[in-house]
This record gives sequence, C-alpha cells and structure tokens, in this order.
Amino acid sequence: MTQSVVVQVGQCGNQVGCRFWDLALREHAAVNKKGIYDEALSSFFRNIDTRSGGNGPDTYKGKICSLKARALLIDMEEGVVNEILQGPLRDVFDSKQLITDVSGSGNNWAVGHKLYGCQYRENIVEKLRKTAEHCDCLQCFFIIHSMGGGTGSGLGTFVLNLLEEEFPEVYRFVTSVYPSGEDDVITSPYNSVLAMKELNEHADCVLPIENESLFEIVNKIHQMINSGKLGSTVKQNSLVTSSAGSAKTLQERPFDAMNNIIANLLLNLTSSARFEGSLNMDLNEISMNLVPFPRLHYLVSSLTPLYTLADVNVPSRRLDQMFSDAFSRDHQLIRADPKHSLYLACALLVRGNVQVSDLRRNIERLKPSLHFVSWNQEGWKTGLCSVPPVGHSHSLLALANNTCVKPTFIELKDRFMKLYKKKAHLHHYLQIDGMEQSCFSEAISSLSDLIEEYDELDATKGGPRIDPSRLKIAV
Amino acid sequence: MSVVTVQLGQCGNQIGHEVFNALCSDIHGTHGLCSKKENESYHDCCKERFFCKEESGAPIARAVLVDMEPKVISQTLSMAARSGHWKYNSHSHFCQKQGSGNNWANGYSVHGPRHKEAIMNLVQKEAEKCDRLGGFFTIMSMAGGTGSGLGAFVTQCLRDAFPTSFILNHVIWPYGTGEVIVQNYNSVLTLSHLYQSSDALLVHENDVIHKICAQLMNIKQISFRDVNQVIAHQLGSVFQPTHTAGEGSGYSRNPLGDLMETLVPHPEFKLLGLRNIPQMPENSLAYSTFSWPGLIKHLRQMLIANAKMEEGIDWQVRPPHPGSSIPSTNKPLHFNTSIANLVILRGKDVHDVDLGSFQDPSLYTSWLNPQDAFNAWKTPRAFNKYEKSASLVSNSQFLLKPLDSIVGKAWNMFASKAYLHQYTKFGIQEEDFLDCFTTLEQVISSYTNL
Repeated sequence: MTQSVVVQVGQCGNQVGCRFWDLALREHAAVNKKGIYDEALSSFFRNIDTRSGGNGPDTYKGKICSLKARALLIDMEEGVVNEILQGPLRDVFDSKQLITDVSGSGNNWAVGHKLYGCQYRENIVEKLRKTAEHCDCLQCFFIIHSMGGGTGSGLGTFVLNLLEEEFPEVYRFVTSVYPSGEDDVITSPYNSVLAMKELNEHADCVLPIENESLFEIVNKIHQMINSGKLGSTVKQNSLVTSSAGSAKTLQERPFDAMNNIIANLLLNLTSSARFEGSLNMDLNEISMNLVPFPRLHYLVSSLTPLYTLADVNVPSRRLDQMFSDAFSRDHQLIRADPKHSLYLACALLVRGNVQVSDLRRNIERLKPSLHFVSWNQEGWKTGLCSVPPVGHSHSLLALANNTCVKPTFIELKDRFMKLYKKKAHLHHYLQIDGMEQSCFSEAISSLSDLIEEYDELDATKGGPRIDPSRLKIAV
Repeated sequence: MSVVTVQLGQCGNQIGHEVFNALCSDIHGTHGLCSKKENESYHDCCKERFFCKEESGAPIARAVLVDMEPKVISQTLSMAARSGHWKYNSHSHFCQKQGSGNNWANGYSVHGPRHKEAIMNLVQKEAEKCDRLGGFFTIMSMAGGTGSGLGAFVTQCLRDAFPTSFILNHVIWPYGTGEVIVQNYNSVLTLSHLYQSSDALLVHENDVIHKICAQLMNIKQISFRDVNQVIAHQLGSVFQPTHTAGEGSGYSRNPLGDLMETLVPHPEFKLLGLRNIPQMPENSLAYSTFSWPGLIKHLRQMLIANAKMEEGIDWQVRPPHPGSSIPSTNKPLHFNTSIANLVILRGKDVHDVDLGSFQDPSLYTSWLNPQDAFNAWKTPRAFNKYEKSASLVSNSQFLLKPLDSIVGKAWNMFASKAYLHQYTKFGIQEEDFLDCFTTLEQVISSYTNL
C-alpha cells in the first residue's frame, strides 16, 4: 500500500485542507470499527506512540495510539494555521510540519514565489524530506491551493517545482481553486496566469475548481432541503457539503460547505487506492489513462450524488440517474459543459454497491450523447471500489480530460491582458528580486500555447473520421 | 503430472481463485454419475494435478500469486483459506507496494527485471514440489499493467528457465468499450510478446462472458465475480481429468502436452478459443434434459458460425461444398475455418456419442488430415453438476475479428501519438511498438488466409 502527502499552501489551501483531514478521519472511523491501524489508514496518517513524545518510531499495526496527518501546512500569515491548531483537529497535525510567517504575500505571486520561495527553500525541503522518510512507499503529493492570491499561488507553485526536483518519481496532483470573474483581488489574473505556467510544466495532473460552481452546488442542496420537495428526510451526513459527524463542532463558516466538496473530491479520488474493490484504480492509473499528451493534464471533475435520501432500497433507476448527473453541467466543479465539448479521455470511479454490469449499461447509454476524439472513441477508464462514502450506499466521481476547460483559460487570458496592456500594478511585481518582464511574457505565451492545443483538438470534432491505413503484410 | 498455475495481476488472481474453487467444488460435489472407482480415480488425478497434499488437511493449490500491489493478493489468500476446502501456500506469493499503473512498459521493463529473481524462486519451489511437472498455466489480463506487462516478462522467464515445459497462457480480452483507456496498446504489446515465448494462448473475452451471464445465466446485476465463475467453469471443463486415449485407459498423464499436440501444429497459429455448453443457472439444471446429438449439433454450428454462446446461433452459415475448388478469398466471410479442434465430453452415456460431423473435411484447412485435425476426449464422470457437458477448444478463425479490432484501434491511437510519452519514459520506444504491430498483422494475415 502506498502513502500520500498533502501540502496545503495559503489561506484557501489550508482551509480546504482542514476540511479534508476532518472528513478523512470521519470516513476511516466509519470503516475501521476495530481501532486497528491498518494499511488504508496508513495512506494518509501515521500512528505515533505518544509516550515517546511523537519523536519515536511509528507504530505499525496494532491499536491506534495517536494519528498524525501526513501533511505540510504552509502559510505566510499565521491566522488560518493558528486557528487550525487551536481547533478540534490540533492533535492531528504534527507541530513540526508547519511553515508560517507573519506578514502574508499581499496577493502578489512574486512575493510568494520568488521572495518567500527563496527564503524558505531549505526549510521546506527539510520538512518534505522528513514526511517522505515516514512513508514506506510514497506515491503522491497532493497540493491544495488557490490561484488568485499570493501565497497559495506563488509559494504553492514554488513548492510544486521543488517537489519535481527533489522527488521526481512521486506523482504531483494539484487541486487549484481558480478565481471567478467578480473576484475582489484585482491582481488575481496576474497571479493565476503566472501560476498556470508552473502547473503546465511541473504538475502531473491538475483538478481545477471554481468557487462559483461550488457555490451553486451548495445553493442547490439548500433549496432541495428547504423546499420540502424531498418526501423522506435527507441523511445529514450524506450531503457532499456537510461536516456532520466530523470533529468540527463550531458553527460552520461560510466556506466550509464549499470546501467540504473539494475534500470529498480528494477522498473519492483516493478511495480505490485505499480500499478494496473488484476493479482497482490507483493514482498512477489515473495519470496514465487520462493524460494523452504531457501538457494536457487538466481534469474536470464532478461528484454525484450530492445527497442521499433515507430510504434504503435504491432502485436501479436512481443508480442510472447518478451516472446521468455526473455529466450534467450543474454537477461539474468548474463552470464547463463537457457534454458539448470534446472528450480526450474520461474516468469513472464508482464506490459502493455497484457492479460491472451497472457500469457497462450506463456507459452504453451515455456514450452516444458524448463526443470523443477520433483516436480514443472508447476512451473510458473505470474503477469499482467496494467501500462507499459516509452516508451513501454508492457514489460516482467522474474525471474528464475535456476541451471544455478552454473557456476558463481563455477568460483568464482576457482578464490578464486587460491589466497587462495598461501595465496596471506591474511595478509591485517587478520590484521583487528575480522577477522580470519576461516572466510575464513567458507565462502568457505558455497559456496561449495551451489554449491553441485545445483549439486544434476542437477542430477535429465532428469532422469526417479517416482512420490511418494499416501496415500491409506481404502474403 | 502436475500443473503449476501462475496468477498475475488483479484479474489473474481473482480468476485463479475461482478456478481452484470450481475444481474443488466439482470433486467434492455430487459424486459424478459414474462408478465409485471412476470417481475416486478422478478425484486423485485432479488432486495431484492441481493440489499438493499437506498433513494438516486442506489441500494446497499449486500456484504462485504475483501482483505489484498488496490488496488483491491478501483478499485472495484469505478468501481461499475461509472456504475450508483448500487454500494457497502462505509463502507462494509475491507483491510490492505500488501497482504498475496500467502501464505495460512499467510492468515489463521495470518490475520484470527488478523482481525476476524473487518471482522465479517461487516458481522453482512450486515446480520442485511436483513429482512430474506437466507445465505452466498462467492467468492474466491484457488490458492492465501487471498482468499484461509483467506477465509477458514472466512468460519469457518461464520459457528460458524451463525450455522443455509446456506453457499455456490464459488471456482475458477486455470489454470493447473500455475498462482501461490504453488497453489496446497494452493488448498489442502483450500478444506480440506472448507469441514468442508461449506454446498457446487460451482466450476469454469479457464481452462474451458478460453476455453469457446476462442471457444464459439470467443474472440481473452482473459482478466480476459472476464473470469469473463462468470462466472458471469453462476452464474446469477442459482441465479436469479426461481419458485421452479411449475407453479403459487411465486419465491423461500429460494434460497440457496433449492439448498442444492436438491443437497447435504450427507455431504461427497459437490462438485458442473455448466454448462450453450447456450453460445455465444452477436452479434450472434439475428441470433440464439434454441429448448428446442435440449438444453436438449446437456445438458444431457454434464452431461454423463463430457463435459465442448457445443462444442466437446463425443456422444459415454452412461450410462450402467439399470438392469444389473455392479459393479462400471467396469463402463466405462468416464461415469459420478451423485448423484443429478438440471436443471434450463429460457425463452420462458419453462413449456412444457420434462425432462424425466434426470430422467433415470442409470444416478444416487443407493442410492436415481431418483425422489429425480433430480429436475427442470422452469421460463418463460428470462435471460440476451438469449431467452432460461438452466443450470445444478450437484453433480457428474464432479470434480473427476481435484481434483485428484491437489492432485497428491501437494503430489509430498510435498514429496520433497519444499516450506514447507514458511508455517511452519506461523504455518502450516507437520502434518497439512498430515491431509488435508487424507481428500481429502477420498473425492476422495468416489466420485470414486459411
């Protein structure tokens, strides 16, 4: 069994990360009834004997003593991390796995990447090495950050670079929260595009998320519950936005519901690696099957169902509805419509009481309405994990490598150009040591190239299919 | 003579477990509708072939379990032990911590060489436990990374270490509509490599077995377990003891050797398909009766029309008239030409069955005598609760269309260079791909021109 390490950077990264660890504990508590530290737990947690003050060797097997998250918390201001360390999760984090500063990055990518990057490089490398040493077989780093700010965006992508240098064999999955159009950080387009260049070059897979989509999902759930349309009661802990049953007892803060969605995304993504199933789908398989060309590694994700009703018998009609929903516009975690764009590849990871025939039936049913690229007409990767998420009997995570990410990138580029043409706020960046105008031009050029690659693929959509001629053998 | 089974990857291990289950439940189940002496002889032969006797009761399967990640093997070992009827040797397994990521190159070029010694040590130990080693039976899928890539490497190692032993690869063809996106690449690489080292490839297609589960077995929500149990039943019908040399002789002492001798006369033609009838849900068995003439007629038409199961057979397809000189290109395309066929019959009144219809020369290519091209093994001991059971192992054009389809899709993807960077980073280059495509186009051409 392999281990994964979560690196949460910046305010957004740490707030999402906090929800992730909370829900991860909840998930394992639901499955692990005997309190034995098993391999599934070890993928995200260490088991420490507290008597030796946390410095002793890890206790493998045997009863759970004290679980510590395999995480690195990084923020250039103290507020968020301090709150986590005073909250109900304080014992889950190793106090040595933190890197904080006081003044923040001022929403400036250059401050995060060049200034703090340089300053904290050694410290970060040392702490990363420590976490890696505690892993028997480290498979993947998960970076959680936002693109629009300074720390998450700048320092986060600096860490991404570092990971590639120091741990080239370990996968780098990045969960990036993209800024919305009405973002109140004026420089967010600069920060995002500068960060995009790093993601293009150094990440294995990127899961882009947009706050607007999360917000709409949260609203949708509220409406469904409050409208009384649902005959029976909704199971509270099944809501994809809920913290019910977890350690968090304080009043939920506004972003918690949205962050829970991202936390659930990561839990579902890693479920088949942690738990058993009839068709396992490990993280390295996700990267292998969904990335046909190195730079096209942006995966649009969707989670269904958003909630479960309390009635136990689920007719297969509802199961099929789950599959249909996964492809609908309003379940995607970014504002995109994969159904009307071109699929390069698609992965379906099903959890719970679902069998291969249900999977096949739904793929057959949905296939005709989806457009796949000509050289990958059967581009489906599937996985079946027997353990469902908390509160559900089954669930589905869909990951799509689809050209529908293009509009998000084009919008980002447009917002960038609006500022850049007027050279607005540029001096804040250029005054940082190591930052030059070329950083900007290279970044926008990298983004343009990426958009062009998607354009070329879109151009093939719907055209006549000409299969290349096969090798001829002399008879 | 004993057979050592090597289970590779998730698929190989899940199926292997069901195979040993099926073999065990067959010998422990109903006593087989034959004489007590016959039944005991069958029991002993099966035990010796597939199991090792230990003092402490439950027989131990002669198997080596290989996977690059631990979850499936640990599940398989514990499920077998729980059955109480048999188990695996707790040391005969090899696993690592991180899987092959559906990457054939990772399985073949990285995991293979790295773990060769450890894996071959386990195989050697199992081989040494056999009084007489009858050969190796490997189970793997083509679509993934371990079964396919590491499986191809291990097969090569088996060939190098045991140059005179028979190697039969049981290969699972994935569902046509993807389980794994790069399954066609992995399949092309696997098949072309296996063709060099293996004696024969016995193929099961997921799509076909799935249909059998749906239409013949009436299973509503089909799981991989159901699929694997049908596959295990079909394999059991071939590998359980049989009389190969006529009534009165003992059970065959060389099952794999006999299989190869009858079915693989030429190294260019190694693809074997398997059909088994009847196939139905267990609770319907009590209400059904079968006649040998009926079963034989159906089986023959399934062969000629390339039907995958007993339902939906196309009765319009007929072999060309003997004596008329129709060049091979003019034969009706849906007529399935055979190189060699083997029919295995088990159950009541088996010795009176007339198999003349299978010796019709028009079924076969011209280069073997029909007497040599067709063989029948008959056993009075019934198999797995079926009063009468007939299996056909065929070296024919059965797999031509599926093979052509896989190669076509892989070529299509290859032309766009998609996913190639994932393979080149582990040492499989474009030229290697081209070599594999060439090998398989050659095989396709050979089978087409029968």
